[in-house]
Amino acid sequence: MSSVTSPLKRTPLYESHLLAHAKMVDFGGWEMPLNYGSQVDEHHQVRCHAGMFDVSHMLNVDIEGSNARAFLQVLVANNIDKLQVAGKALYSCMLNEAGGVIDDLIIYFLTESHFRIVVNAGTADKDVAWMKNIAATHNFNVTVAPRQDLAMIAIQGPNARAIVWHVWPHCQADTELLKPFSAFVAGDIMVARTGYTGEDGFEIVLPAVDAPAFWAALVAVGVAPVGLGARDTLRLEAGMNLYGNDMDETISPLNAGLAWTVDMKTERDFIGRQALIESDQQVSFFGLKLLERGVIRAHMKVVTSHGEGEVTSGTHSPTLGFSIAMARLPLAIVIGDTVEVDIRGKLMPAVVVKMPFVRHGKSLLS
Amino acid sequence: MNIPVTLKYTKSHEWIRLEADGSLTVGITDVAQEMLGDLVFVGDVKVGETLSAGDTAGVVESVKAASDIYAPVDGEVTEFNAALDSAPESLNGAPYDNWIFKFKPSNAADVANLLDAAAYQAVATAG
Repeated sequence: MSSVTSPLKRTPLYESHLLAHAKMVDFGGWEMPLNYGSQVDEHHQVRCHAGMFDVSHMLNVDIEGSNARAFLQVLVANNIDKLQVAGKALYSCMLNEAGGVIDDLIIYFLTESHFRIVVNAGTADKDVAWMKNIAATHNFNVTVAPRQDLAMIAIQGPNARAIVWHVWPHCQADTELLKPFSAFVAGDIMVARTGYTGEDGFEIVLPAVDAPAFWAALVAVGVAPVGLGARDTLRLEAGMNLYGNDMDETISPLNAGLAWTVDMKTERDFIGRQALIESDQQVSFFGLKLLERGVIRAHMKVVTSHGEGEVTSGTHSPTLGFSIAMARLPLAIVIGDTVEVDIRGKLMPAVVVKMPFVRHGKSLLS
Repeated sequence: MNIPVTLKYTKSHEWIRLEADGSLTVGITDVAQEMLGDLVFVGDVKVGETLSAGDTAGVVESVKAASDIYAPVDGEVTEFNAALDSAPESLNGAPYDNWIFKFKPSNAADVANLLDAAAYQAVATAG
């Protein structure tokens, strides 16, 4: 009776996960599958064949109105003018006035008066509130509409696209020629050639009511469901940041390896721009490869000849067979340097490497 | 829940086998490997060190997290199972067939204080 914790939210695929014996965990207020047995097997499945993820906890937000483009030019740090072809996608950070990352997101250009933003689950509520507030205070003629009626399934791996065409033959003609980071849209269906694994594949948005049947059709042709555990090792190998680990509201994108997503070349006055100019880049953000046996974890201290750094994400890489990490390091550190990671009181040598670690199933480390 | 009656146990989910020479062979239980998930590293085992019951004797790491393993009674760690260097996942597949370290108790009588299968089952079920 004294409990004030709200119940965990469930995606339209909740029952499908239970049916597949998923181990369910609380992830940002959502009851999500951590794994369906072996997290490592699920990881390899994606690298070698194909796997599917329920990413319906992430929120689609439709931005509609005559001012949609102008609104987004103020809202996010990347340059929306890179979006000129229908279906094209853009990865960007949404910053606060201090230049910290409110969220990282993908913006899809549907029409000149309709853009779609896919945001992280844990930040969705504050993102929508922020967007609405910016629209109101800057007098943009746009609507900000969360689409809780949509589900999202990612199918990733070298065989992922072929499997989708096998299950959904009618969509092959429209999606066969899709370039990476672009989408085909028809009504409430969106098929995007995007993902969070470093493999080819699609992220498919569809009405929530249709998600269980589509999922079951993929199961029927042997696609393994993949949980959040493998999603994390896959994205880390792919050198992709995780919001809340590698950056948050207190971290500038310039200090999180995301300078490539920030457009400082044009005069465009986006929120956070002035703060980024004033603070500039304070630290480097690189990959680490542990040279001895052990596992690097988030928040471990990194000791270097130029001062200390901090691990933001770390794991054992199932593809590579050793531990890898992302870390904020002193600016003077360069790729190829050897540093030491404090692993439970023991300083262990690691080499600073360029990310990604793995792409399309292959190690990129020399 | 697989808990062989021939073994002894700790609350911290180690299994212990008493050998004919009075030494102990120690591993982690099926419950432990299930909780940890895929194991990717076993090590830092303090071979040659004299430990008190409950002292950290080494570490097992899964993709998810690191977890200490403990000395079951007072005594000395005498050997680490080096086969785990290259195959830590064998603890997932067959937790009772793959030991982590061997141990020489200071007082043979202490072994009687370890949990039997029924007592461990109660601990494991309670979570």
